[in-house]
Amino acid sequence: MTPEHLPVLIPLATLVATLVVPFCGQRRGRAAFWVASAGTLAALVFALGGLAHTAGGGRVAYRLAGWQPPVGIELVLDPLSAFLCAVVAAVALLVLAHSRRIAARELAGRLTPFYAAATLLVTGLLGIALTGDLFNLYVFLEISSLAMYALLAVGDARAPVSSFRYLLLGTAGASFYLLGIAFLYMLTGSLNMADVAALLPGVLDSPTATVALVLVALGIGLKMALFPLHAWMPDAYAHASSPAVALIAPIGTKVAAYVLIRFFFFVVDPEHARSALPLLDVVGYLGAIGIVWGSVMAIAQDDLKRMLAYSSVAQAGYLAVGIGLASPLGLIGAVLHVLNHACMKACLFMVSGTLRRELGHSRLSALDARTRRVLPWTSAAFATAALSMIGLPPTAGFFSKWYLALGALERGRWLLLAAILVSTLLSAVYFFRVLERVYLRAPAADAAEIAAPAPVPGEGGIAWATLPTVALAAGLVVLGLLNARIVEVLLRPMLPPGL
Amino acid sequence: MPAPVLVSSLVPLAAVLVSLAAVPLILLSARRPNLREFWTLAAAFAKLALVVALLPGALAGRVAETRLLELSPGVALGLRADPLGVFFALVASALWVLTSFYSIGYVRGAGEKRQTRYFASFAVCLSATVGIAFAANLLTFLVFYEVLTIATYPLVVHKESREAIAAGRKYLAFALSAGVALIAAVAWTHTLAGRLDFVAGGLLEDVALAPGAGRALFLLFLGGVGVKAAIVPLQSWLPAAMVAPTPVSALLHAVAVVKSGVFGVVRVVGFVFGPGWMRELGLDLLLAGVAGATILLASLLALKQDNLKARLAYSTIGHLSYIVLGVALLSPAGFAGGVFHLATHATMKITLFFCAGAIYVHLKKDRISQLDGVGREMPWTMGAFAVGAAGLAGVPPVNGFLSKWLLCLGSLEAGAPWALAVLLTSGLLNAAYFFPIVHRAFFRPAAAQSDEAKRKGEASPLLVVPLVTTALASLALGAFPDAALGLFELARAVAVSALGGGGAS
Repeated sequence: MTPEHLPVLIPLATLVATLVVPFCGQRRGRAAFWVASAGTLAALVFALGGLAHTAGGGRVAYRLAGWQPPVGIELVLDPLSAFLCAVVAAVALLVLAHSRRIAARELAGRLTPFYAAATLLVTGLLGIALTGDLFNLYVFLEISSLAMYALLAVGDARAPVSSFRYLLLGTAGASFYLLGIAFLYMLTGSLNMADVAALLPGVLDSPTATVALVLVALGIGLKMALFPLHAWMPDAYAHASSPAVALIAPIGTKVAAYVLIRFFFFVVDPEHARSALPLLDVVGYLGAIGIVWGSVMAIAQDDLKRMLAYSSVAQAGYLAVGIGLASPLGLIGAVLHVLNHACMKACLFMVSGTLRRELGHSRLSALDARTRRVLPWTSAAFATAALSMIGLPPTAGFFSKWYLALGALERGRWLLLAAILVSTLLSAVYFFRVLERVYLRAPAADAAEIAAPAPVPGEGGIAWATLPTVALAAGLVVLGLLNARIVEVLLRPMLPPGL
Repeated sequence: MPAPVLVSSLVPLAAVLVSLAAVPLILLSARRPNLREFWTLAAAFAKLALVVALLPGALAGRVAETRLLELSPGVALGLRADPLGVFFALVASALWVLTSFYSIGYVRGAGEKRQTRYFASFAVCLSATVGIAFAANLLTFLVFYEVLTIATYPLVVHKESREAIAAGRKYLAFALSAGVALIAAVAWTHTLAGRLDFVAGGLLEDVALAPGAGRALFLLFLGGVGVKAAIVPLQSWLPAAMVAPTPVSALLHAVAVVKSGVFGVVRVVGFVFGPGWMRELGLDLLLAGVAGATILLASLLALKQDNLKARLAYSTIGHLSYIVLGVALLSPAGFAGGVFHLATHATMKITLFFCAGAIYVHLKKDRISQLDGVGREMPWTMGAFAVGAAGLAGVPPVNGFLSKWLLCLGSLEAGAPWALAVLLTSGLLNAAYFFPIVHRAFFRPAAAQSDEAKRKGEASPLLVVPLVTTALASLALGAFPDAALGLFELARAVAVSALGGGGAS
């Protein structure tokens, strides 16, 4: 196997898994799990291979079926796409492993479709990261979205409604994007990213180009839940099954943020998007509002999943702020936060899944010190991830904030800096509220009998659920300490040449 | 004094990590209390030994340095055992040894719950404190500063009562807000100067600062370190945090945590802004003014506290600002006096807290109005208390006199007679709020509480020996300032290096 095949092997691995999973049949969810995991693991291995190959600025392009661009579709592995693929595959693999027992319970009888949709989602996300073609990106965007609608529709009684709402909004977002690239096609006659990037500078000042950029930003903003286009997210996450949310929340919106980065810094000249048209400024300030709004709303929630969903709105705001700064430090902060937040959010949603399995609920007001006694490792992982979300050093969460703060200072954007810092305090409020309950609140005496966790027959220990959670939590400290290496080796080479 | 030479060494790192390494051991021996306490004591002694090993180098101008991985491009996770760092680390780690013995006596005597969490958090706190002391740059300082914030939280809420949880919230609200201000200040400094290393004489010395921006930056720094240093109006978390067990109040809320804040002030004044910018922007007057106001207000508030620990807390707030004032004066004697007071106040105040804890464990009394005649039951404890109280009021030969003398000299040197007046007034107020306690204990007849009177005699030796030791240390440090671990010499070396030339008086 040679490196030039890596771009296609990465999404192919999970696509093959998607196609094989249905053959496992309706009854044999266990086999489906192994197929899905094997596919994701293979994608991860290929992605890591690609990461090693492109480190330092290499670029591998693969022409599907041998068609030459700009007519044919190109899959491109560069430091940025390799990084994103590695994050997506790694987090997906950990979440699949974590959800094994939980899915068997929450999605009993529907395991085969779950694993098929999950691998299809991962295929779509990997495809978005890798494609070098604007229209092909739309196709992968729809593939991942369809899988997401299906995954989010299964859960409690209201899940289908909230998923349907997301379907309406998400389709609108994808259509905006499609319209945007249609305008670009009108202008340049090409859909290949590299080709468009070369042709665009001459025509960027035309109104058509402006409309195209705004439409793309709008469509992708909806997908990444950028304030005020975030309304679909809290409901969709709160009602869906734990395994689906644990899979979608950490990586779904991140890939949308990636599309913004790819489009505005690699296809379009970032200088243009910043100076001629204050589009990226708008994205940045909307991100800042989203940070504060999401954090405030998270404080008001009583359900852990819903709280985490609003916190995701805030975290999408961080990515938007980094993109909006349109500076090397801002982009480094944003891409580092893609990694950091994927790990933190995956860890936190895993905890929520474990709580729902072991306690039967994730209501904050019903948590007390028994939770810690029953689930000491899960609680410790939650505490670590919470500290990272708040942004306390030496955990990973601090360092993405650090680069974003440096970027905001460098550009003199005091409001953005204030939003980043204030959200630290707001997230401290909603996370310490939980930690206080889990660690300090004495259980009510009369509730002692209900306390004993109902043993789940035939499902064995909870090591499957706990190990990935703890590994991610420990990883947050490691990522924090190694962040400078990650920035120097992986993130600096990916910065677009024009910046 | 020759220019310091940097020597690569792993000792500073080991000094930081040794107590962190004890944490898993402490957690694993949760079911065997004696083994668990052995780990604490082993870590405490090892830490002290490692810090003492760094002392000769710091005195001779050979500064041990550990550079680990980079925390951010261009900024390493760096530890450097310079005189100021060794000074603070020495104070903290020496007192941790005594506090560890005392803690064992206290938590067992008072029947505290969740002792494993208590000892583990304590060990993390000490790692963070020594990390703060040795931090070679602002980002490393920030990392350990935030770790200290979080590691102290479980100790503040240790009792898990409603009151303790409320105090914990207050503590977090103050400390995390301060952390945010500090992050902003550090990031801004990085943007302005392009580097974050502490430099004697000021890392911003050669950087062009607009006056407005410079003052705003200083205020951000002051907000960041001022909360732990408990300067007015950021002090109110400290009396609330007295709900923690007394050894925590003694070591953390009189030495490690609060002094980390004060230490931060010293770093910011002497090693980030430097005397040049401090004078140029009028920040020395601002800082001195805040410190003076804190001293007087805290001393006045201490007068009306009946709870013994609350009175000690307000006294701590006042004495922390002695240090801030001495540093703000920017005169060699004042700077040296301020830094030296960091150690002298530590030995004296920890003595007083130890006494308060011994009285609480032994007699279950925590209010001053209950202390009539206690001195006759517990002569060693109250004797030590008298020594500490006299020292804080500035009575020779206790070490408090010496640092205060230097501070007074410093205020005259700096041409700030008002600072001298503040210090002398505060000395009187100290006497006014401490001596009545001593008077009650020794000269008033015991109240007729026959049920309590059955438990005559001193508290457990685990409590009494440490507090007598710290009282004796206070006396020794006052009588022979250069004999004990070279603390005095270190303080003068710090002043010389930070203020750039000019011998200390």
